[in-house]
Amino acid sequence: MNTVRSWIRSLLLVELFQGLGLTGKLFFARKVTLRYPEEKTPKSPRYRGLHAQRRYANGEERCIACKLCEAVCPALAITIDSEQREDGTRRTTRYDIDLFKCIYCGFCEEACPVDAIVETSITEFHFEKRGEQIMTKEKLLTIGDKYEAQIAAERAADAPYR
Amino acid sequence: MSELLTKLHAFWSALTTYWISLPFAWQLTLKSLAGIVAIMLPLILTVAYLTLAERRIIGFMQVRMGPNRVGPWGLLQPFADVLKLVFKEVILPTNANRFLFITAPVISISTAFAAWAVIPFSNGVMLSNANAGLLYILALTSFGVYGIILSGWASNSKYAFLGAMRSAAQMVSYEIAMGFALVGVLMASQSLNLNDIVLAQNGGFSHWFWLPLLPLFVIYFISGVAETNRAPFDVAEGESEIVAGFHVEYSGTAFAAFFLAEYANMILISALAATLFWGGWLSPVQGWHFLEDTPLAFLVHTSFIWFAVKTCVFLYAFLWFRATFPRYRYDQIMRLGWKVFIPITILWLVLEGVAIVLKIPPWFA
Repeated sequence: MNTVRSWIRSLLLVELFQGLGLTGKLFFARKVTLRYPEEKTPKSPRYRGLHAQRRYANGEERCIACKLCEAVCPALAITIDSEQREDGTRRTTRYDIDLFKCIYCGFCEEACPVDAIVETSITEFHFEKRGEQIMTKEKLLTIGDKYEAQIAAERAADAPYR
Repeated sequence: MSELLTKLHAFWSALTTYWISLPFAWQLTLKSLAGIVAIMLPLILTVAYLTLAERRIIGFMQVRMGPNRVGPWGLLQPFADVLKLVFKEVILPTNANRFLFITAPVISISTAFAAWAVIPFSNGVMLSNANAGLLYILALTSFGVYGIILSGWASNSKYAFLGAMRSAAQMVSYEIAMGFALVGVLMASQSLNLNDIVLAQNGGFSHWFWLPLLPLFVIYFISGVAETNRAPFDVAEGESEIVAGFHVEYSGTAFAAFFLAEYANMILISALAATLFWGGWLSPVQGWHFLEDTPLAFLVHTSFIWFAVKTCVFLYAFLWFRATFPRYRYDQIMRLGWKVFIPITILWLVLEGVAIVLKIPPWFA
């Protein structure tokens, strides 16, 4: 009896029509695809993207060349040289992050005692020439200056949870 | 302005006198050529947009968008694809048989297009009103398999060869079931002429052959899917098993030719299914006289629109199948073809013969 029933079922293509029904229904389902350049997924304020160096409100750079970030960096992506400035403070003369080595773990940001090095939520960046992936101190500071408002807002939004 | 008109008129009359002065054979050739162009151009455009429709519809069924970047709703995507393919290099493998390697796509595409000569687009509107139209179509669709076999053999590549062997065996097996299904149609309509076959289905939705010949209709369409090597019968290409099957070694325009042939064949099978089982250009609401005085009157009349709509329904089914069913295993394809389809078609032919002899109404009276 069961054999007969399964014969009839397969001859009437029951399961095939069930499958067609499923795809037919999905045809009208709401599409969840984001049209990327026009639409973007929301990002957490904690997002770890492109690096930046920040300044204090008076324009003084925050970094004090403590080299904690260099020490904590698991990918050895950070290279720092430091010297004493005329006013007696210790400052970096070189602060390079190799973005090809960087794994965007965010440890540098966590280690920094003065919140100088941060990872912004910028993800849309690219390099066109070999060597451009080395983020020098100037580049990092420029990014920091440009996006200071965004960086500050993100830190503020995340502060209650840290 | 009037000067221009007189000039145009003079040109027109010169043209007509020239036309009349031409020998009859020339007139016939030119007329046929015009007919071929009138069929080919829309067909190629349909193929182009069928590729887009396929990607969009399958995308929708997989809950994504499909290509929507080139032009509004992706409408220019086919042209981008064609442009890309045309500018690519046609690579001839060193050990390939040059002559057959080039001939194979030509065979594929020419058979796919040539079969359109006998398809009736509207009452009597066909390139050739051949009495053996159905036979002609069977012959050409069988010939199309040579394009695939030759391409697989000429490529001198094991994947291509495997694909060609698979498709040869598959297409030959399903040709039989398909042939039997068509025999059912010709028994019911008492004709091989496609126009007469459509006329034999006159009388509205329930008079079309799909109802009395339901198993044959289903088997015809499934065999058609297998004949065109479309999913779920696409073992000849089998991306996940044999890379791309018979056309692994093809690139650029040669690949485009195969692509064009595959889609033209899909449209052909759909058009045939519409013609043979769904009453071609006949209206499904034929005889609904209360519609005559409404703006919907055109629905009642037989027209090309109905043919196009029916063809599109079958084309949609092709894409729907592809989005739904996983690929058949090779031995299952053979089992289905030989042990299921052929016995069922033979059984139904016998039943149909009995019905015709006993003149069972409403179809065979």
